[in-house]
Amino acid sequence: MRQRLALAAVLAAAVAVVVLLPLAISDYRQLQAAGVATFFVAIVGLNILTGYTGQISLGHGAFMAIGGYTTAILTHDHGWNLFATIPVATVIAFVAGALVGLPATRLSGAYLALATFAVALVVPALVRKFDHFTGGNSGILIPFHSGHWLYVVSWTTAAIFLVLAWLILRGRLGRSFRAVRDSDVAAVSSGINPTLTKTLAFAISAAFAGAAGSLFVLSAAYAQPDEFGLLLSIRLLIGAAVGGLGSLWGVVVGAVFVQMLPVWAQGISKQAPAVIQGLAVILVMFLLPTGFAGLLRRVVAPLSNRIRNAS
Amino acid sequence: MVLLLAAACVALVIGSLVSDQFAEQTVAGLATGGIFGSLALALVLIYRATEVINFAQGQMAMFTTYIAWQLMQWGIGYWGAFVLTLGIAFAGGVALLAFALGAVFVRDWTFERMGIKQAGGGVIAVVIVTIGMLILLEGAAAWIWSPEIKSFPSAFPTRPIRVGGVAFSIQDLGTIGVALGSVVVLWVFFQFTKVGLAMRAAALRPFAARLVGVRVNAMLALGWGLAAVLGAIAGLMIAPTIFLQPTMMDTILIYAFAAAVLGGIESPAGAVVGGLALGVVLNLLGTYVHFVTSELRLPVALGMLLIVLLIKPTGLFGHRVVRKV
Repeated sequence: MRQRLALAAVLAAAVAVVVLLPLAISDYRQLQAAGVATFFVAIVGLNILTGYTGQISLGHGAFMAIGGYTTAILTHDHGWNLFATIPVATVIAFVAGALVGLPATRLSGAYLALATFAVALVVPALVRKFDHFTGGNSGILIPFHSGHWLYVVSWTTAAIFLVLAWLILRGRLGRSFRAVRDSDVAAVSSGINPTLTKTLAFAISAAFAGAAGSLFVLSAAYAQPDEFGLLLSIRLLIGAAVGGLGSLWGVVVGAVFVQMLPVWAQGISKQAPAVIQGLAVILVMFLLPTGFAGLLRRVVAPLSNRIRNAS
Repeated sequence: MVLLLAAACVALVIGSLVSDQFAEQTVAGLATGGIFGSLALALVLIYRATEVINFAQGQMAMFTTYIAWQLMQWGIGYWGAFVLTLGIAFAGGVALLAFALGAVFVRDWTFERMGIKQAGGGVIAVVIVTIGMLILLEGAAAWIWSPEIKSFPSAFPTRPIRVGGVAFSIQDLGTIGVALGSVVVLWVFFQFTKVGLAMRAAALRPFAARLVGVRVNAMLALGWGLAAVLGAIAGLMIAPTIFLQPTMMDTILIYAFAAAVLGGIESPAGAVVGGLALGVVLNLLGTYVHFVTSELRLPVALGMLLIVLLIKPTGLFGHRVVRKV
């Protein structure tokens, strides 16, 4: 009971911070914060696949590209309302995720990592190849929006998807995800179909990435193949690992890490942002191999036990 | 599998005898394939030694190539710089693993002292660390030597030699020679020397190896050193063609990955064969199938990789790992 209350208090505080933050920061900072929300959605999705189902993916940038291009093409070529494109992007990415996920269930470990790595590289190349449809290297421009507008849209979407993720993971499906992660064989013997479960995890996680891709393109007001390169997929995986796999709490930290680190690194030294980023990634993973969520588990759980024992 | 390979070789030879262009493209493909193969072999060595997919392998190669360039700027001749660079690469690879093992030891010891329970992050944490290394090395090279493209001298003359009507580039032949030569040297080392045997033992059964007196950590460090040397050779061989720049190995590394996976990530022979096959097929496709334009080269290579993986999920030469539950 007490734990529930504490959880609710933390959640309420988080919501209050997100709602009140725009009053305190500039429009430009709000644009960056919208970027955090974008990464948040994508990393929550990746975490469902990698953290909860145990399937590594180095290719989630590709699903972001699919979502992003859905939004860009629908608004630019067909005059759709921006909001209406987000659910469509989600659905299309879901289908793409299922198509990639079904064959990928045959692979594991290093092979899965490299196959998804391939997906991350193939999608931007295809975007360049079919340029009459996607605009090729010159990309597609969409209407520009203020930082505040993007902040509201992105964080609202993030909240919706966080609730979705929570609902999925606490139910039957979430349990079968974890069962497959912990032991394929045990999962089968309790009546779970691992192929179906892994494919679903892939599809759901791709759907999250698709929605994030929509937000990504909205923020940039621009869809361009280079933006969806390998680096994006790598940043998502870094975010998931820094946040902590198998936990939704840490994802915020992971999202802030990948979105803000380049900005901060630029501030520390004009010459060496890449060096600082590389060092930061290595240091964080070295000191916190289980990510920020692992730190929480290690520090907060003993602390709350101590408080309980004392009272 | 062997039959299939033999058939492919026969087809290539017949094709080369029939058409001059085919012969030229096959040799050029073997040259790039040799580079893919060396780097793929480096990946396999590291994977077998420490079960790490080293995403920074290409950047390590790039960095050592820059070191060679710097040595030459200081007035050292090509072959002198070549040998020195290989030495530096070896020392760097060994030092890297030694440093990592030492750092992990110190971390765990400190945390234990502080009473913090330490849970391992597993494979993913290690993968992220190598990705961090990739970003770090690429940034460092751009910082030290500027991101501008530099030309890099070749060990071999650029003029072609003619056999019949066919013009082979000496550089391609030299690259094939160096790449395959280093593979043969490695094979002899692993097969016929005591240290090679100890390394194989350390990679295969670390605990049993330790029991019979193999210094496992030293062997693992040696594996990283050898992998770094292979990478350096690949970098030095490819730099004259694609020029020296911090991002030079990005695509090469992806092809090397494809080659390693094609052959089965645990199989050294598979990595080399996979690399050569990939090089030849890509070159021939680029020449004869016009749909495969330069931007489609990578997708086609990776598409082939996906198809192979779907038919044989552990690569062409890989074995299924059967484990008890």
